[in-house]
Amino acid sequence: MTKNLRVKSSEYIDETNRISFKFNGKTYHGFKGDTLASALLANDVHLVGRSFKYHRPRGIMTSGSEEPNAIVQVNPGTNRTEPNVRATEVEIYEGLEASSQNCWPSVEFDIGGINNFLSPFFPAGFYYKTFMWPASFWEKYEFFIRHSAGLGKSPTTSDPDIYDHRNVHCDVLVVGAGISGIMAAKNAAKNNFKTLLIEEKNELGGSTIYENNQFNKIDNKTPSEWLKKEIEELKNIQNLEIKTRTSVAAYHQYNYLLARENLTDHLEAKNKTNKIRQRLLKIRAKKVILATGALERPLIFNNNDRPGIMLSSAVKKYSEFYGVACGSKNVFFTNNDSAYESALSLYNKGINVQAIIDIREQSESKIVKKVKEAGIKIYWSHTIVDTSGYKRLNSLSIMKLSNDGTSVTGSKISISCDCLGVAGGWTPAVHLYTQSGSKLKFDEEKQIFLPNQNTSEQISVGSCGGDFKIDEIIKNLNHKLKDNLNIKETDLDNIKVEIDQENSKRNIWLLPSDKPLGKTKPFVDYQNDATAKDIKLALREGFRSIEHVKRYTTTGMGTDQGKLGNMHALGIIADTAGVKMGELGTTTFRPPYTPLTFGAIVGRNVGKFFDIFRRTPMNNWHVENKAEFENVGQWKRAWYYPINGETMHQAVQRESKAARESAGILDASTLGKIDIQGSDASEFLNRVYTNAWSKLAIGKCRYGLMLNEDGMVYDDGVTTRLGENHYIMTTTTGGAANVLGKLEDYLQTEWPELDVYLTSVTDHYATASLCGPNSKKILKKIIPDLDLSDESFPHMSFKEAKIGNVQCRIMRISFTGEHSYEINVQASYGKDLWEKCIEAGQEFKITPYGTETMHLLRAEKGFIIVGQDTDGTMTPIDLQMDWIVSKKKYDFIGKRSLYRSDTMREDRKQLVGLLTDDPNIVLEEGAQIVSELNQNPVEMLGHVTSSYFSPNLNKSIALAVVRGGKDMMGKKLFVPMENKNINVTIASPVFYDEKNERLNA
Amino acid sequence: MFLINCPYCGERDQQEFKAGGEAHIERPKQPTELSDDEWAEYLFMRKNIKGIQFERWNHAHGCRKWFNMVRDTSNDEIKAIYKMGEKPPTQ
Repeated sequence: MTKNLRVKSSEYIDETNRISFKFNGKTYHGFKGDTLASALLANDVHLVGRSFKYHRPRGIMTSGSEEPNAIVQVNPGTNRTEPNVRATEVEIYEGLEASSQNCWPSVEFDIGGINNFLSPFFPAGFYYKTFMWPASFWEKYEFFIRHSAGLGKSPTTSDPDIYDHRNVHCDVLVVGAGISGIMAAKNAAKNNFKTLLIEEKNELGGSTIYENNQFNKIDNKTPSEWLKKEIEELKNIQNLEIKTRTSVAAYHQYNYLLARENLTDHLEAKNKTNKIRQRLLKIRAKKVILATGALERPLIFNNNDRPGIMLSSAVKKYSEFYGVACGSKNVFFTNNDSAYESALSLYNKGINVQAIIDIREQSESKIVKKVKEAGIKIYWSHTIVDTSGYKRLNSLSIMKLSNDGTSVTGSKISISCDCLGVAGGWTPAVHLYTQSGSKLKFDEEKQIFLPNQNTSEQISVGSCGGDFKIDEIIKNLNHKLKDNLNIKETDLDNIKVEIDQENSKRNIWLLPSDKPLGKTKPFVDYQNDATAKDIKLALREGFRSIEHVKRYTTTGMGTDQGKLGNMHALGIIADTAGVKMGELGTTTFRPPYTPLTFGAIVGRNVGKFFDIFRRTPMNNWHVENKAEFENVGQWKRAWYYPINGETMHQAVQRESKAARESAGILDASTLGKIDIQGSDASEFLNRVYTNAWSKLAIGKCRYGLMLNEDGMVYDDGVTTRLGENHYIMTTTTGGAANVLGKLEDYLQTEWPELDVYLTSVTDHYATASLCGPNSKKILKKIIPDLDLSDESFPHMSFKEAKIGNVQCRIMRISFTGEHSYEINVQASYGKDLWEKCIEAGQEFKITPYGTETMHLLRAEKGFIIVGQDTDGTMTPIDLQMDWIVSKKKYDFIGKRSLYRSDTMREDRKQLVGLLTDDPNIVLEEGAQIVSELNQNPVEMLGHVTSSYFSPNLNKSIALAVVRGGKDMMGKKLFVPMENKNINVTIASPVFYDEKNERLNA
Repeated sequence: MFLINCPYCGERDQQEFKAGGEAHIERPKQPTELSDDEWAEYLFMRKNIKGIQFERWNHAHGCRKWFNMVRDTSNDEIKAIYKMGEKPPTQ
């Protein structure tokens, strides 16, 4: 039978709204307002998970996002399942299911628990030390390591939820809605700053909202009553937006922050559909006020990880806020006064508090006196030396602490209990502060890291800025606000605060036991099972840097990023190495503060919105005619058009033959097109291309090669002179944007004196490339009155014409070696143009061909494709294209680099043709080329860049880059493949129609 | 993510911009007169300063204009922004 540990009706829990949920297959009940953690605790369930390495039973430790142990799989087996969710952050709803992770077959009986007894064999660096040898065994080790690693299970089906991104701009962003955050936001908004207040929980008020210390008063009210009134007033304030259930994940420079807003995680499944689940807020704030609070630290003692051992502040929150007692026999262990508040909270509700163990010698504050009056036993100067209870704490042993705090004396006292609240002091939550690039400083007196050097417009207020007492918080908040927001009056000016004088805490990072350290298990990082002895071992083995110790011991490397234990790790290192903590520094806090879902990160960019894609105006025709597509840059290009179940090879062979024998048509709309105008346009082209442009007549076209300043081929294409000061340049499909960017760069920065204007017109024109011996007849049918004679319209020239009423530009240029025309029309007429060509070509069996056939046809002619036959290390000389490099021009981009000693080497890789001795073997692109077969290691001479079976030549052809290939014509080489060596011969890269007779056929 | 004040468009998010490396490296007027070493100096050698650095930026997804920026690379503080052709601010 499960116990019910509800102790009082809480105003935050709606006891009229009973909710049933399942944990590890068993049904439990909670109420609206509960988290999974509070509902489980109310049912006396502490054991919720197993630790990562030793599989030790672990319980709920905290009540917030810092939780290291209670991480669960939510809704297992469904498409909404999510691993590694903190039970302390899950709001329960009807039908919620959750299960423990990292255990098999169950959390109650976990086979992996044997690791706990083998723990002497799993010291820090176990994996590094054990799986080093023999080296060849790594693959086998890896298999087992991968199977034993990992916490939860990723979903295996696609995510049904919608995610969203939103840009948010504000004058003041306040992170955290505790007392400081609320007062900061209120005063900022009242002073006309557009303010955004963000809180990770679903309720405002932080820990002050359930603050019950009767000795603290604000304006004669308890802090809780006072703050409730302030929160009530927020409703009437203009300029203030409040987002709850929203967690700031990252704080980047220039006050750019990312926050995840949870919108449906707390709703029943039926209410989740068709709603945005999470929204990623991309926030630009003029000023940021961090009010992220502080996290309570545990104390580090032997066996400090059993279910039932919790933070004292969590015990208090469960009692005060959720109305749940975490145990029926409670003990507190502390180094400061805050545990006394937690003890009184339970006591006042009639829950048994057995004892308080305090490592200090005494404390005289009012609250301690009150506890004494209540008759609760206090053990001063005592420490816990051990605990027992495998799946739930059942007793602890304490001993007297020596004066220097390094050893224990006297006899052991045993105390029976089922819940231990541990209070080790408070660590300011400075994670976001340091993420922004700002620097911390160690405060020796308070023994904490505090904000020191700000890099952005920001302030840290409240306990994340080092103020823990309400009087200090209000006083410092007030002057920080006035300073930072430049305001004269605030609501905080006339507040009267009374507080109980707290005695200082006593910091001992690692508490001693009666057993030697080696025989104890004082956990520092609960999730990753790193103990104090692992840290000391790392130091003994020579690790000094905190970053190295962290990685070696895995301290702070869990999903909680060591929010609880990092300070202790630093303290233990400092004590052991005999250095000051301030000199040691901290490890780097990296985003995200709490884990983000992939969904929130990608937002709407999923499915067809994953990446931008572009389609040509003729796209629908290609789809209707069953084209296969390939991605070229962002473009979807028709790849080949299979008919009657043809394979790609069969289709390409057919298309290639048709284009040479009669007529083919290619959609060339994707080629980049740049309109160039201005009185210096010719001079500009002279400077950016390797060849000369000044003498190109109006109406003529010319092929150009563009280099980088390092002499390497960058892009190529045909440019046409449309008028005296007007050119249209084509670029490769993939290079269009980069070419425009590069040209703009030179124009704006190196040659601002040139009168040249560049406009990208790629999308403005659709281009059909008509090719083959019958292309002229087809064009004649479409535009009967155009003079297509070689005299009037020779190869490499241009004419304007009209198809019906549609203006078009026709270039007689060829990438296939056939007589061909590129017809450009306004994009919206593209499909119409295409259909006209197909219709006119019917009698010549015009064949549409895709990019694959285009590649094959140009390879037959030895025309390069930049990016396929070149790779950024090829000069025009390497490509055997010396003819296009002007010797006369004084300068062009990349010219000087062609005369560097390295680019002039004779043994550079050079483009050549490659023929297989067996004409039926088609080489693989990328295959290596060697001259020796019996050498080991063998020298690689180069590789195959393009390779096809040519239907027009009836043999395989290839282009390759080969070291010194230019002078190796006819040389026999080898292409070694996995099962065979292929004999090849170096040939001219032009395989077909070497004399270019077909261009005018 | 920087917030960059484009001299033509005003403050915009960094993702609209493209970094263009070190500024004030002028392309030699007469490259052919240069020795291999001198040309290599222009072509390859870039300072990589921890501290104040002068660099080129392009508002690639905006007005497409190039401009110069003075940035402290140690903390990413943008000290100044000025147009191409304008004199760099003195420190």
